[in-house]
This record gives sequence, structure tokens and C-alpha cells, in this order.
Amino acid sequence: MTVRSVDRPLVEQLPQAGRRNRRPLAGLLQSAVTPRVILIGMCFLYLVPFYWMATTALKDNPELNIYPPTLWPLAPNPGNFISAIRYIPFPQFFINSVILTAGTAIGAGISNPLIAYGFARIKWPGRDFVFAIVMATIFVPFPVLILGLFDVFTKLGWIDTFLPLIIPAFFGNPFYIFLMRQFLLQLPVEISDSARIDGARELQIFWHIILPLAKPAVAVVIIFAAVAAWNEFLLPLIYLQDESRYPLAIGLQFFRSQHNVQYNLLMAASTLVVLPVLALFLGFQKFFIEGVSVGAVKG
Amino acid sequence: MIAVPRLRLDKKDRQSLLVALPFVGPWVIGFLAFTAYPIYYSFTISFTRYSGFGDATNIGFTNYEHMYHDVLFWKSMYNTLYYVALAVPVGLVIAIALGLAMNQKVREVAIYRAAIYAPSILPIYALTFIFIVLLNPRFGVLNYAIVTLGGPSINWLGDPAWTKVSVVILAQLGAGGPALIFLAAIRGIPSELYESAALDGAGAIRRFYHITLPLLTPVILYDLILGLILGLQIFTPAYVLTQGGAGAGAGQYVAGPDNSLMFYVLYLYKTAFQFTDMGYASALATVLFLVSVVLALAIMRTSRSWVHYEVT
Repeated sequence: MTVRSVDRPLVEQLPQAGRRNRRPLAGLLQSAVTPRVILIGMCFLYLVPFYWMATTALKDNPELNIYPPTLWPLAPNPGNFISAIRYIPFPQFFINSVILTAGTAIGAGISNPLIAYGFARIKWPGRDFVFAIVMATIFVPFPVLILGLFDVFTKLGWIDTFLPLIIPAFFGNPFYIFLMRQFLLQLPVEISDSARIDGARELQIFWHIILPLAKPAVAVVIIFAAVAAWNEFLLPLIYLQDESRYPLAIGLQFFRSQHNVQYNLLMAASTLVVLPVLALFLGFQKFFIEGVSVGAVKG
Repeated sequence: MIAVPRLRLDKKDRQSLLVALPFVGPWVIGFLAFTAYPIYYSFTISFTRYSGFGDATNIGFTNYEHMYHDVLFWKSMYNTLYYVALAVPVGLVIAIALGLAMNQKVREVAIYRAAIYAPSILPIYALTFIFIVLLNPRFGVLNYAIVTLGGPSINWLGDPAWTKVSVVILAQLGAGGPALIFLAAIRGIPSELYESAALDGAGAIRRFYHITLPLLTPVILYDLILGLILGLQIFTPAYVLTQGGAGAGAGQYVAGPDNSLMFYVLYLYKTAFQFTDMGYASALATVLFLVSVVLALAIMRTSRSWVHYEVT
């Protein structure tokens, strides 16, 4: 009796413990130790590349050619970061990346809530049909559009400017429209209806009532759009020609175009490119995780 | 299916359209300018010879006939399908495994989730740089680990047999994103299902195959189709791996040892922007579109037999 009363609650506290594990030690092993070992092992695999990036960035050039590779820099040299910034016009590329990121994020933050409102909170004939087209565009391979887009932006005289990279964000993105729409559908219809009875126009309802409630979803869209713009590679490669307008994505290629690639400097520059994204992630973790999870609703 | 809208509109309908227009209008303009027109443009230009300047000359189906005899077209198609056939299933299994692991009830699980998810939002070109260092055949830490464990030293980026595998491994750094979607889906499964199954004596493995996996099939379908569409577009790692370095093929129809990294979109990009053969590049784009649609529809068709929306 006494043994059981000690034994039982312990097993019940650990929902993963199977029936076979009557002994507490085995139950503990299965419920607390095994999942941790697996999870830590997975995290290890996912973090090794970044550990290697950061430590390689701190190594001196000769140390890169030592076998076996040194797991920790023999004499960590933070000066590599300064060398990397001077090796290419890093500050210029950085500013360009910031402009592109900010412009895209602003565009996405304005357009997607507006468009999603039109699909979620106004009834109009053909709405569901048009929304199906919005969703279908997710599945159009982007490279199929490249040549036509190049033609559009050539006609507009926008090639070799930031405009083709920023302006399309002001016209919505199917992923973000979907994400915003999911959020707006959850808000009760009554808040809009009572405002309409009071004579409010739809744009007023959007601006004064719905948008303040939708701030978390707007934040998710802005954050996702900012990260996507910071990471974008193919678009600036196509639209930008003058070096002075390159973002970091294209600018970092200069490290590779030398005969003797200085990998420690390349890793230092890569660290500097990755850090802002990681900082954004750590600051807004909740928004990232919730934003991704919306996809599961769709199924 | 979604019904095509009625074409006769009464006064109230027209009024509601006017109300919706300021909201949906931007999307309509963007759709016409940045999606519909480019598709139309690609299609029409694919029947011409066009350098991007001057006038396009109509040459009928010549570009498509050329494609049939073009060794690099077949090579790039083969490389891309090889990559997709490997990367999509591997990515799916890893994402589900990560999702299951992220669902474990340990107190600090949020830290593990963050660590696994974070790499998926980092720039692919930077991850590719890191891989160039990690996979170095002589001084890279991956080969050091493999050799220490008694395996062979692999020339990851120099041996055509391994280059695509390297890109598949690289792509797995992005598995944290889909893993979170699977996690959300797993957490959405009612716990009563597991409880009653456990009462019936079903072990963890049987519960996974009879409850978890069937209920994840809608997400698996979504992940498969999106993975397929995005996999066919694989570009950045191949560009970064092959474009840099002395004599590595900038401005040439070369990508990696034995052209093993000449993926379809890289070939399309080179054709259009390095060799300014817009007509042929448009034909390549049109074929990519068709291949994507056909493969996606094929998966959709099979899905009727394996996607479950509830436990049977």
C-alpha cells in the first residue's frame, strides 16, 4: 500500500510513461531522459553549422588549413570582422539591404491587411472565386514570371533601381493575405455590423476598429516580409546591375570571386548577415511561431 | 469546387463590389501586372527569337524543337527531378520527425523548438557559404567527423555523385519551418483519440501509425505540393556553389563538376541573363510551368486514396 501510493502519482505525472514502466526509474528514463537526448541531438545537428561559421570567422588564415580542424580558434581574432567589412563595401551593401528590407516590410504591412479585409469582412459577388485565384498564385513557380517581370520593369524604366524589389510588396502576397484573412475571420462580425449601423464607412471600420485589433497579425506579416526581403537572392541578382546598389546577398559574392577565397572573412561577413535575422527572431519569437502555425489550419 | 460567380449583378451586388474595390483593388492590379501579364508574356515570347532588345522575330515552335535536342535542357531537367525526388521525401520525413520531437513534454522544449526553427529563416546564400566551409574535403569538419567514425572522405562539392546530395542536406536546415506546421497539426489532434487507443492496448508506434499519421495526411499533402513546387525552383545554392571562384563558370554554360549542379532554373537564368536568349528562356519557363502543374495535379490525384480528414 505504501509503496503503491508513492509509485502511482509519479507515473501519472509523466503522461508519456507506458504501462510497462512500473519502476519509477524506467519511467523517468522514458519520459524525461530519452526525449531530451533526442532533442539535444537534433539541436546539435542544427547548431553545428552556425558554431562552425562563428569559430571559422575568428580563425587566422593558416589555421583554416590545419588537419584535423581545430574545434576552437587557437587565437581568436575578432579583427577578422573589421577586415571583412573593409574587404568589400560592406557598409554600402548593408544600407542597401536595410532600404530594401524596410521598403518591402512597409509595403507588406499596408497592402496585405487591406486586401485580406476585402476577402474576410466584406461580402461581394465572386469573392470566394477570386480568393481561390489568390491561393492558386501560391503555386505558380516564380521563375516562370521572371522574364515577364523583367519586361514590365524595363518598360517602366525601373531596371537597376530598388523599385522592382519594393513596389510589388505594395500589391500583396498570397501567403500574407491568407495569414491575415485567417486572423480577420476570427473577429466577431458584430463589431463591424454595429459600426455600419452607426453609419461608418468600410475604410473607417478597417482603420479605427479592425486594424487595432489585428496588430499581432500585422506584426507577423511585417516580420515575415522583412526577413524574406533581407534573404532575397534571385530578385536583386536580376534587377540590379550597378555595384553601388547591391544588397548584402549579392555583395557577399565578391568574397568568392577571388582566386584565393578568404573563408575566415567570408564567415565573418556571413555572421554579420545572419545576426540581424537571429536578433529579430529572438525579439519576436512568439510572432514567428504563431505565424508559421497558421499554415497548419489550412491543411 | 468553387462556383464561378454569376454574371448578372443587381444594384446591391454592384454596391458591395464598389465597397470592396478599394481593399481588393491593389491585389487585382498586382495580379494583372506581376503574375498574369508575365505568364502571358513568357508564353508568347517563347515562340520568338528575342535578345531583350529590338524586335522579337516569330519562329514558331523552333525553341521547343531545339529543347528536344538540347543536351543541357535534359541534363538540367534530370538534375532538378533528381534533386526533388530526393529532397522532398527526405524533407518530409525529417519535418515530421522534428515535429514529433518538438511535441515532447519536457519543460525547456521551447528552447529546442527555437534552435531547430531558427536556421530555417536564415538566408540560403549564407547557409551555402557555411556549407562550402563545412564540406571542404580536406579541412572541413564534416569529413573529419565521418573519417573519425571510420567512414570514407567524401569530395562533397567536387564529385558529381555527391554535389546534389550536398544541396539536399543543405535544404534540411530549412526543415524547422514545416516542422512547426506539423507540430501545430499534431497538437490539434484530440487527446481522447490517444487515450482510448491506449486503453485498447495500442503502443506508441501503433498510435502513431493509426492516429497521428492519418490525421497529418492533409498537412503532408500541402507540404509535398509546396515542396515540389519550390524544389523545382532550386537556384540559390547552385548559383552560389558554382558561380564564384576563379574560372568556375560565370558566363558559361557550366555549373559544377560534370554540370551536376546545372539545375533547371539556373539554366533558365543563364540562358536569359548571361546569353540574352529570351525566346529560348521563355520556352524553358513555359515548360517549367507545365511540369509543375502536371506533377502537382498528379500528387493531388493520388491524394484521394491516402489523405484522411478524420480517423477511420
